[in-house]
Amino acid sequence: MKSQKKLSILLGIYHRIDNVGLLERYSSRRNAVGALYLTATHLIYVDHDNKRETWILHSHISSVTKLPLTPQGSPLQVRTKTFLSMTFVIPKERDAHDLFISLSQLCQPTSIEDLYSFRYNMGSEDLPREAGWALFDLQLEFERMGVPNESWTMTSLNKDYEICDTYPRYLYVPATAQTAVLLGSSRFRSRGRLPVLTYLHSTKAALCRCSQPLSGFSARCVEDESLLVCIQKVNPNTAQLVVVDTRPKINAMANRAAGKGYESEANYENTRFHFAGIDNIHVMRSSLTRLLETCELKTPAMAAFLNGVESSGWLRHIKSILDAAVFIAKTLEDGSSVLVHCSDGWDRTAQVCGLSQILLDPYYRTIHGFQALIAKEWLSFGHKFTDRCGHISIDPKEVSPVFTQWLECVWNLIQQFPSVFQFNDRLLLCIHDHVHSCQFGTFVGNCQKDRIDLRLEEKTYSLWGYIANHMNEFLNPLYKPDTNVGFIQPNLAPQTFKFWREMYCRWETGLHPRESLTDLMVASKDHINSLDDHIRLLQKRIKLTEEKFATHPNSNGENNTEESVEDNRLTYKKNLLDEMNMKVQRKIEYDPLMVTSFANKSSDGLSLLSSDYHDKTEDIMALAKLSDELNSVALEWKSVRGVKECPCSTPLDVSTRKSHCWSCGEIYCARCLDKSASLPGHISQKQSPVCRECYRVLIKSASVESPE
Amino acid sequence: MSKTAGFEHRIIIIFLDHVNRVGQRFDAPLASSLPVSCAQASVEFSGELSLLSIYEESLEKPLTQGYQNICKCWKGSYGSAMEFVELIKAPKVDNVVMRRPLFPNVEGTLCITGHHIILSSRKEDTEELWLLHRNVDVVEKKQSTFGGGTVAIKYALSQIEITNLLYPFFYRPMYNILEDGWTAFTTESEFSKLVLKSDDWRISNVNKDFTVCNSYPATVVVPKSVPDEVITTAASFRQGGRFPVLCYRHENGSVLLRSGQPLVGPSGKRCKEDEKLINAVLGPGKRGYIIDTRAQTLAQTAKSRGGGFELEIHYPQWRRIHKPIDRHHNLLDSLARLLEACNDTSCTMDKWLGRLESSNWLSHVRDTLNCACLVAQCLDQENLSVLAHGSDGTDTTLAVTSITQIILNPDCRSIRGFEALIEREWLQGGYPFGSRHFKSGYAYTASSVKNPKKKYAPTFLLFMDCVWQLFFQFPCSFEFTENFLITILQHSYASQFGTFLGDNVWEREQLNLHLNTVSLWSHINRPEIILTFMNPVYEPNSKVIWPSVAPASLSLWSGLFLRWVVDQKPTEETWKAIAEMKEKEKELKKQAIKLRKQLIDMEKALNSKLSTSSPST
Repeated sequence: MKSQKKLSILLGIYHRIDNVGLLERYSSRRNAVGALYLTATHLIYVDHDNKRETWILHSHISSVTKLPLTPQGSPLQVRTKTFLSMTFVIPKERDAHDLFISLSQLCQPTSIEDLYSFRYNMGSEDLPREAGWALFDLQLEFERMGVPNESWTMTSLNKDYEICDTYPRYLYVPATAQTAVLLGSSRFRSRGRLPVLTYLHSTKAALCRCSQPLSGFSARCVEDESLLVCIQKVNPNTAQLVVVDTRPKINAMANRAAGKGYESEANYENTRFHFAGIDNIHVMRSSLTRLLETCELKTPAMAAFLNGVESSGWLRHIKSILDAAVFIAKTLEDGSSVLVHCSDGWDRTAQVCGLSQILLDPYYRTIHGFQALIAKEWLSFGHKFTDRCGHISIDPKEVSPVFTQWLECVWNLIQQFPSVFQFNDRLLLCIHDHVHSCQFGTFVGNCQKDRIDLRLEEKTYSLWGYIANHMNEFLNPLYKPDTNVGFIQPNLAPQTFKFWREMYCRWETGLHPRESLTDLMVASKDHINSLDDHIRLLQKRIKLTEEKFATHPNSNGENNTEESVEDNRLTYKKNLLDEMNMKVQRKIEYDPLMVTSFANKSSDGLSLLSSDYHDKTEDIMALAKLSDELNSVALEWKSVRGVKECPCSTPLDVSTRKSHCWSCGEIYCARCLDKSASLPGHISQKQSPVCRECYRVLIKSASVESPE
Repeated sequence: MSKTAGFEHRIIIIFLDHVNRVGQRFDAPLASSLPVSCAQASVEFSGELSLLSIYEESLEKPLTQGYQNICKCWKGSYGSAMEFVELIKAPKVDNVVMRRPLFPNVEGTLCITGHHIILSSRKEDTEELWLLHRNVDVVEKKQSTFGGGTVAIKYALSQIEITNLLYPFFYRPMYNILEDGWTAFTTESEFSKLVLKSDDWRISNVNKDFTVCNSYPATVVVPKSVPDEVITTAASFRQGGRFPVLCYRHENGSVLLRSGQPLVGPSGKRCKEDEKLINAVLGPGKRGYIIDTRAQTLAQTAKSRGGGFELEIHYPQWRRIHKPIDRHHNLLDSLARLLEACNDTSCTMDKWLGRLESSNWLSHVRDTLNCACLVAQCLDQENLSVLAHGSDGTDTTLAVTSITQIILNPDCRSIRGFEALIEREWLQGGYPFGSRHFKSGYAYTASSVKNPKKKYAPTFLLFMDCVWQLFFQFPCSFEFTENFLITILQHSYASQFGTFLGDNVWEREQLNLHLNTVSLWSHINRPEIILTFMNPVYEPNSKVIWPSVAPASLSLWSGLFLRWVVDQKPTEETWKAIAEMKEKEKELKKQAIKLRKQLIDMEKALNSKLSTSSPST
């Protein structure tokens, strides 16, 4: 975030409007007065009296509305895709109109190449452009599931996107299916999206996805039927295939009139059909609109709020998606293969397939696995992110909160199973924001082909690289990998579904619990890690000193002992070096739990390391040095409770993470805590977040004492 | 065992609480043995038709005929070792299956004793149900497939109206009482905390024989400048004799008083003594607020019935604000609907949300919090004193004054402080626990309960819900856990302790409760028990905690209302993990400090050793 800000300052401010009022929705307080800045990338509102800055990314703006004139000026309501809504009162009407015109143009460029990601530069963040792009490879992901194997094979029929341009290049199909069958089936499926494998469960039951068949009222396709037979046959467990049509049956029937529709039971043998009744993108869009209207009610009564949540139907839709996912997961767990489709097979199908895999496979509940799942289910199989999120100005009817809904379903699962997910809800919010922000190229485009054509890997950064670099923020402190169960079965009673306040009312900071347990747990966990590391160093030190004592008889044989101590030191140093190297190696292989950052230069660690353990002719470590080492690790961490602002006077509220400097134990905002260094007081020499002041001290002492 | 036709006959007992685990009798520390408790739940017993009918009779007969007569004989002769065993026609039924939500069925023998219904499988390592009769809210008979329909039995075993036949009189603890809860929170001991260094207040014994006000304790705190005679006259002008008394003094000197409504009547009577009493609270030239917990119209109606509100002309220094909170059977009705909605887990999302909305429970929670926030604002921000009352001053008034104190006074957020608050505001303040808690939400459908004259009401439950909302928003500012709230709540409905028996201090003294029963506080305040209620993330917070009352900020208390239908394990596990983490953090810190010291000492020693040895060579 911070880097964005710097960037926009570099780019210069287009426009500045002073004396802009901000209408407060809840409080009766006098409205704030501040200045609005329009930059190339952001709309910034600065309220000097309350030390508050609001940065709105242009690509986050979902709508700009002019409200009726008031005596104070013309109000302009800006709503964002992150569910922030602000109403600015601009004194001069002409300014308001100009701003309205500029924002309307800036928030939705007409060409995809004008998106923010093509201009975005990482700035001070140490992240190479290529970082993250290669993290998730579809073939590797299938290899993890043991595919290809004797039943399932990879086909390169779609290598140049000939049979389906919205599918990935390499498709996984039953080994028994002939090319003719595949080609025939793809012709019979809407947009060529033929049934292919997306997940092979440990029970050998397969989860396949496709689009609706072009069956109309009577058409049939022998190849398609035999492909389904192949899918059913390669599963040794049962002689039945379950086809889940995620649409309400009535919608599926209506599609027949357009020559599409659903599989006729008469034509498909050994197949059970199930309609999941999830509504289409248009229903979801208007449902969210109504939910947001409820959230924006001015001084609502309890009943009006609950009524609004109910009549929006939003939670009903969330439940219907989870219902379907649980049905699919259960079926797979019982050993039957499942084929899922909706209309085109890229919205509801992606939702329920993704969820059922999370329910079944602990891997997808890790940070790495979760990203791999998004990369596979949503990106590779062609969820139209650019259309659904309204990245560029296109048909507004294509916009729909399909992915947001999916994240909400995952959030609901986290609520029910707090210890089985490696990530926390901050990851969901982060992904949600960047799906819309276009800061990273990851979600630009509508399918894999689009992204290759746009050469995003060369021109933009990857969100996965960013996440890998900020892993610490997204770890769930309650995660217990060892006790992890396979299939988790959520309670689907309506009482268990909660309104996601942290998402839809995120910016109404007054609405959230004033003391956050999550912050507290994260801080606790970090502190435990730091202390543990420190204690291990202390124990080692004590052992060394003890040895020195033992091997240091009063006067004689001094030289010998010196040597042996030296040896000790050397081996110790060597061990540490080995450890370091191993870590660096592991990092290359990608270890999601590593606290160190992605772009961490190993030399940093080594120089600090050698500075501490370099061979001095003087053997005794000065007490001062020892105290340096001890003081580099804070034993007491400031309590997160009641911290209102960072020392830089940035207000810290519920949504901002309060991070500790591991060296001094103070709390800073993310902007101030951007440095990391290995602390001399830690045995592991891991990179730990430190504040700028401590960083200066650490680097200085490291460079001064380093003999090189 | 019971296989075919016999299975169709079921008795559903809807009870308020207390499912005990294997081998734990009621004399074991009850609260700690419960997983998460309270709210209502139901169990079903199914067994052979004929046997169950006998059992049913044994539930029925003593209640309809036997009890009435025997209770008469028993009046005044409590304390005898005799229990009700002879009333029970068939003390045991075999081959009964017990069904409950979330837990597996248990098959065994159903016994009925003087105080409990017991279901035991008579095997090792299986669960036993020990259910206090007092817990039973309603007994329903169902003949599901044969006759169809439900026969609701309108009475429950718990309807023994003579207080001293209740279980607490027979309950003897198995542990030594270290600190007697009966005397832990007296007016005298709380007085110094209440008024701090202020010299304007005194303890009055005007009510020592409960003649001035029968729902007040013997000692109350009043302004020093007002003599007892004035108070006696003022009391006659207030509903139920509940003259204005001090309940909280804020650190800035503004005070909170509560009382019953003034008996203004249709003719607009005034009482100089009453005016003098409350004006004595204000400094010269200062103004105060009267917060009425009824709607303006309701207060008007009360006026025509002899009650009313303070008229501006007679109380020129006071500004009156109406902040309505619903009362009595409206609350009970709301609770009944909420419970009905909570227990139906198979309904659709729309139906659930619709019922949640139409139950109005959360609206009541919001109204109460809103009113308390207003009072707290007057006291803290405007520096003005407040008098709060409704009509009787025994229900919503107490909820408002006690929540205000939790918001303002950090002491009330500690375990002892919270106990003292309940003791002060609710028990000594005269909330009629005996009458209000005789029945709860499930019994509401029974017509006898619907009678508004009975005045069953879940006001205390509403208050606890508000406390939970505060806890949810400020989880680090409370010394206790959610479980503590639930434990107190369940004991207020049914308990082996005498604390919540009777309607007021006077009644409790008549029953000699402090001699004949054990206090709940004696139980909770034992070190091993109190530890289980400690909040692992508690950090004393000396500030005022202003809650958010926006609808999006309030949630349903699932730990209470949904605990029998939705597995509460995730929440429990989360708290357990937090506690473990905090414990580990503390331990490591200690260890690190120790090691550091050791290391420095060693290095120093080594240093001096080397420096002494090197010159010698």
